[in-house]
This record gives sequence, structure tokens and C-alpha cells, in this order.
Amino acid sequence: MSSHAQVHVAMGGRLMTRPFMVLLAIAGVGAVTAAVRFLYGIGAVSNLSNGYPWGVWIAIDVVVGTAIGCGGYAVGILVYILNKGQYHPLVRPAVLTSLLGYGLAVIAVIIDLGRFWSLWKVPVYVWRWSHSPQLEVALCVAAYTLVLMIELSPALFEKLRAGTSTGLRRLAERGLTLVEKNFVWILALGLLLPTMHQSSLGTMMLLPGPRMHPLWLTPWLPLLFVVNCILIGFAVVVLEATFSAAAFGRPRETVMLASLSRIAGWIAVGWSVFRVGEAALAGKLGYLNSGYGLAFMAEVLLPLAAAAILLSERRRQAMWQVRGAILLFVGAALHRVDTYLVAFRPGQAFSYFPAVPELLITFGIIAAEVAIYIAVVKTFPILEGPVPAKKTF
Amino acid sequence: MAIDRRALIKSLAVGGTAVAAGVAPASAAVRKTAPPGAMGMLYDATLCIGCKTCVVACKQANDMPAESAANGGLWDAPTDLDSKTKNIIKLYHEGEQESFVKQQCMHCVDPGCVSACMLHSLHKDEVTGVVMYDPTYCVGCRYCMMACPFNIPKFEFEKAAPKIVKCELCRQRIKDAAVMGPGGFTRYPKGQGPACCEVCPREAVIYGRRDELLAEAKRRIAAWPGKYYKDRVYGEFDGGGTQVLYLAHVPFDRIGLPDLGTQPVPETAYAVQEGIYYKIPFLAPVGLFAVLGAVIYRNRRADSVGAAEKEGKR
Repeated sequence: MSSHAQVHVAMGGRLMTRPFMVLLAIAGVGAVTAAVRFLYGIGAVSNLSNGYPWGVWIAIDVVVGTAIGCGGYAVGILVYILNKGQYHPLVRPAVLTSLLGYGLAVIAVIIDLGRFWSLWKVPVYVWRWSHSPQLEVALCVAAYTLVLMIELSPALFEKLRAGTSTGLRRLAERGLTLVEKNFVWILALGLLLPTMHQSSLGTMMLLPGPRMHPLWLTPWLPLLFVVNCILIGFAVVVLEATFSAAAFGRPRETVMLASLSRIAGWIAVGWSVFRVGEAALAGKLGYLNSGYGLAFMAEVLLPLAAAAILLSERRRQAMWQVRGAILLFVGAALHRVDTYLVAFRPGQAFSYFPAVPELLITFGIIAAEVAIYIAVVKTFPILEGPVPAKKTF
Repeated sequence: MAIDRRALIKSLAVGGTAVAAGVAPASAAVRKTAPPGAMGMLYDATLCIGCKTCVVACKQANDMPAESAANGGLWDAPTDLDSKTKNIIKLYHEGEQESFVKQQCMHCVDPGCVSACMLHSLHKDEVTGVVMYDPTYCVGCRYCMMACPFNIPKFEFEKAAPKIVKCELCRQRIKDAAVMGPGGFTRYPKGQGPACCEVCPREAVIYGRRDELLAEAKRRIAAWPGKYYKDRVYGEFDGGGTQVLYLAHVPFDRIGLPDLGTQPVPETAYAVQEGIYYKIPFLAPVGLFAVLGAVIYRNRRADSVGAAEKEGKR
């Protein structure tokens, strides 16, 4: 969505490859399971209960799902706020991943909501708005999904502009100019909204405070969630760039990802230090000697292990970048799942492990995300062209 | 470079420090006291004989179906609160100690569930303080269930069009029919109070105004010192106070009444949320938006100038 835009090209190629059809099949199974849920209720397909009202749909599909969608946010801060223009080629694919992450999180929410048909009332009945942090999350996620669509619209317009119809070409020109003119405030909104709802996702879990394990209950949860989504965002950008290089035979962006890795590595160090420091200052280290302590240590040590790779010279090798990104992703995502599921303790009488159909829906959503990414990248100008446009340094 | 990070941390730190310093946000919603007409119940575990008449009466009054899964469909025998059971009697025993306990909504003074609810589908009645549910605005998100420290709101997982189910103090039966009884204690004619309180053969659970019930509980403690656990009424201040009050001879945390301290359940979440968004209304997000916009604008101008210069150099 800037002057660099013309270097983006559609990858082309056959769409119905075997891996793509496998993804479609998994998504299809998820869709059928979702149909059962809509016909017979949430209890028919899930192990959700009066003790565990939230399960993997919320913890993974929504809370981790929106963090996967924070690649656009993380790279956006880097390129447009910290003015690191060299990362610009990462922006558009990251925004696509973000739109998919958020769009599918919205679908997951609709599957999870018992009375989804009333959802439209949330943005409309302004006079009934409460100060619930979840209201803030709901409104901001909806708004951000729209902003992401606008941020990505130049890809559609560029495709239309290259088409044959004169009317569509003119329309595309108009659209591109419109987005270009409003670039500053659309982008500012695109960075403001994730800051707001990702922090509120943290605030949300302060409300079940009395039933939360103390290692995850801190008034700093909103800050932790913002930093966490940036970590996941960077990890996803590295994985996504490496994946599309391998999948579409594109030149690898190893050099750019190496310097990105360094930034992610330092944030990971900051994350781990803050997490341990906060627990120590609040006198919570005594809880480490338990199963919960193991989960806590994993959240601290996995990002540290990632940082050890991403801050060393190994980060210049694509394989190590991927390893570091995976460690970072797992460590940071674990904090989200722990906060929303593991740390929540409704009492001895209740236990939760996702049911098979419940997981089928989650897998379906992830498969749909990857499938749509592949289809869009092949059809629309998202990735930079096969010829390296320009070496920055 | 530093601008964004600072602005970001600042907007979050507003909430963080507000909590750390114990500063209450400028909101009447958090620092609640029970309304003057607050209604409630007083349950005395030392009087309860576990006959479960109240469980049956509750089902009748609220038109709730039987829960007979545990005994092969023979009779109504719920094992816990669920979407078909708003009130239950449970037995606690540990060694020599034994006690029945009645569980239903506590009608908190500052309820977690109401704070969680996006469109006030769960709301506190302004006069009686009863926590009521209106499905019209409910999206079925179940955040209320997460937020309740007593694990009270239940959900119809078995239905395609589910609702939240919880005790509403039989509000559908209650009209203004209270009469002043002897000793200044308000009496309620049959059909004008919660069904569970009407049928209790031992008056182990009684209905009334919260202030009167609290006075009655304290009278009992004063009359029989040492009989009640810690000579204390659970709910006077616990979790910011509840409108259903408990007396017991066993530790409260053993009979499903958690040690919440005196801080209202939603306080921390609200101190953070309101510290960021409402203390000075929307300053943080609008301010951050302005800063982000300004930085993007500046970078972009510098970029286009810089690009032109680089072009020249090459």
C-alpha cells in the first residue's frame, strides 16, 4: 500500500495441488463438525462444561489465532514507526496473514458463542455498552479486521488494474488513490487497534482473578499480552517468509530475516526477564515447585532458547532462523494457552481436555487459514517478484 | 524510535500503576455499596438438616426440568448446579466435622459476572440489588461463568439456542407485599419471596432485606459465642460483600465459600481497564493514535525526501 507496491506479483501456478486438497479436506471436516455444533448445541461436539466454559476454541483459535494475526502489527511498527524501510517487502504478506488470523478468529468466536445471532447487537446497542474488557476486545477486533481488509485492498486493486475491463481498471485506480491518500490514518489505526485489544485480552483474565493461578495473575497482564503478540508476530513472519520461499521457489529473504531475528531475540530476552522479575517481586517464585511451575518455566526458557539462537551468528542460516522462530512461537503461544486455560482453576470437581470434534473444528480453522493464504498468494500480488527488486544495503 | 515504545508503555502503565498504587479509578461502578433496598437471604448451616425441600421448591417455582442422569431417570437428583438446577444442597464431611451447605447465586454487591457482561444482559436491579438475566442481549460468550468466583452462572450446553441459568431470587414471584412483623423484622407473605426460603422447615434459610438479615446474623453470633466459625458472617465484606449471607460452624472455604478478601472481585480488572480507557475518557487511545499518525507521517515525508537524495547519489 505504498510507492513500492508495483514490485508485488502473483505467484501463479496450479491451485489444486495435492497438499492444497488435503488442507481443503481438513477444513471441510471442520465445517461439517461446526454444522453439527450449530444444529445440536456446543455440548454435542465439545467437552466444555460448567466448570470450563472456555476451551481450545477460545484459548487457541481466538487468543493464539489473533496473535498469529499480529505479524502485520509487529512488522508495521518496525517499518512505519521505527522507520526500518528495509523490511517493507515483509509487510504485505504479513498483512495477509494478519487478515486470515483475525478473520478466522472471528469465525471461531461465532462457533463458540452460544447465542451468536445476537452478536450484531454488540456494536449497535451503544447505550448498553459496559466497561467490560471483553467489549473492548470485541469492538476492536471487528474494527481491526475491517482495517486489515482496507490495508490489503491494494492487492485486489492492482490485480483489477492489470485486467481487461476498462470500468474495473478505472475503479481500481480510484481505489488505489483513495487508500494512498488516507494511508497515514488507516495505518495509525492499524497499529492502534491491536495495541488496544491485545492488551485488553490480558485485562480480560484479571476478572477471573480469584480462580487464576497466581503465576499468571498480575496487573501487568495487558502489557505482557502486547509484548507476547509482537513475539508471535515476528515468529510468524519468519516462518511465513521461509515457507513461501520454499513453496514458491522464491529467493530467500535470509539476510533480512537475520536482522529481524535480532530484534525478536532481544524482545524475547526482555519478555523472560520481565516475567521472572515480576514473579520474584510479587513473591510468587515459591509456586515454581509444581506442575504450574513447569509451565511457567517453559514460557520463560523457550523464548530464551529462541533468543540464544536468534542473537547468535546462527541466525544468518535459514534453518536456524526457523528453529528459533518455532521455539519463540511455542513459548509465547504457551503463555496465552496457559493464561486462558491452564491457569484457570474452577475446582477439583471439574476437568477439561478437548473432545475430538472440538479439535476437528480447531484443525479445520488452521487448515483453512493456510489454504486461503496459498490461494491468495497465487492469485493476487502479495509477495515480491521473483527478481529481487532491490538490495537495500 | 522511542516515541512509540514510550507511548505504548505509558498507556499501559497508567493501568498498571493505578493497580499497584491501589488507586481507585474514578468510577462508581467498582466502589459499590449494596442499594438501600438490597434483598437477600441468610443461610445458617447449623440449622440445615439437608432435606432438600428447597431444591424441589426451586425447581417448581422456576419451572426447571428434573436432573435424573445420576440414577437412571428415576427421580430428580442433581449432583451440582447446572442448567436445570439453580439451587442445591451439598454435604461436606471431613473427619468428625459435617455440614450441609446451600448453593445458589450470592447476588454480589459488586458482581464479577455483571462486570464481564458486554451489554448488561446480566445486571443488578437498582432497587433490590438482585443480579438478573435478560437473554435478549446475551451473545452466549460465557465470560460471566469465567468471572464468577462462586461458579454460579450455568449454560445450556445441550441446546442449540442456549441461555445462561442462575438464581434470580425468584424475582418473577416477588411483588411489593412486605409487611412489618414483630420486632421490626419484615415478613413476606407466601408467594412473595424466594421459594427456597418459604418451604424451609427449619428456617435455615430466610429471605429479607440485607441490612435486617445482617443484624439477625450478628444477633445469633452474639447469642451463641463460639458456635459459629470465627464468629463471622460470610458475605458481609467478602469479595466486596454479597447479598446472600452465610453462617456456619465449619470453615467457609470447605463449603464452597472461597476466601476472597474484602476487595470486590472485578476491582483489579476494572482498575486497569478504567485506568487506561475511562479515567480521562479515551485519552490513551486517542493520544496513541495521534502519536502513531504523526510518526508515520514524519517518517513517510523523510522517506520520500531521502529516497530522492539517494537516487541522486547513485
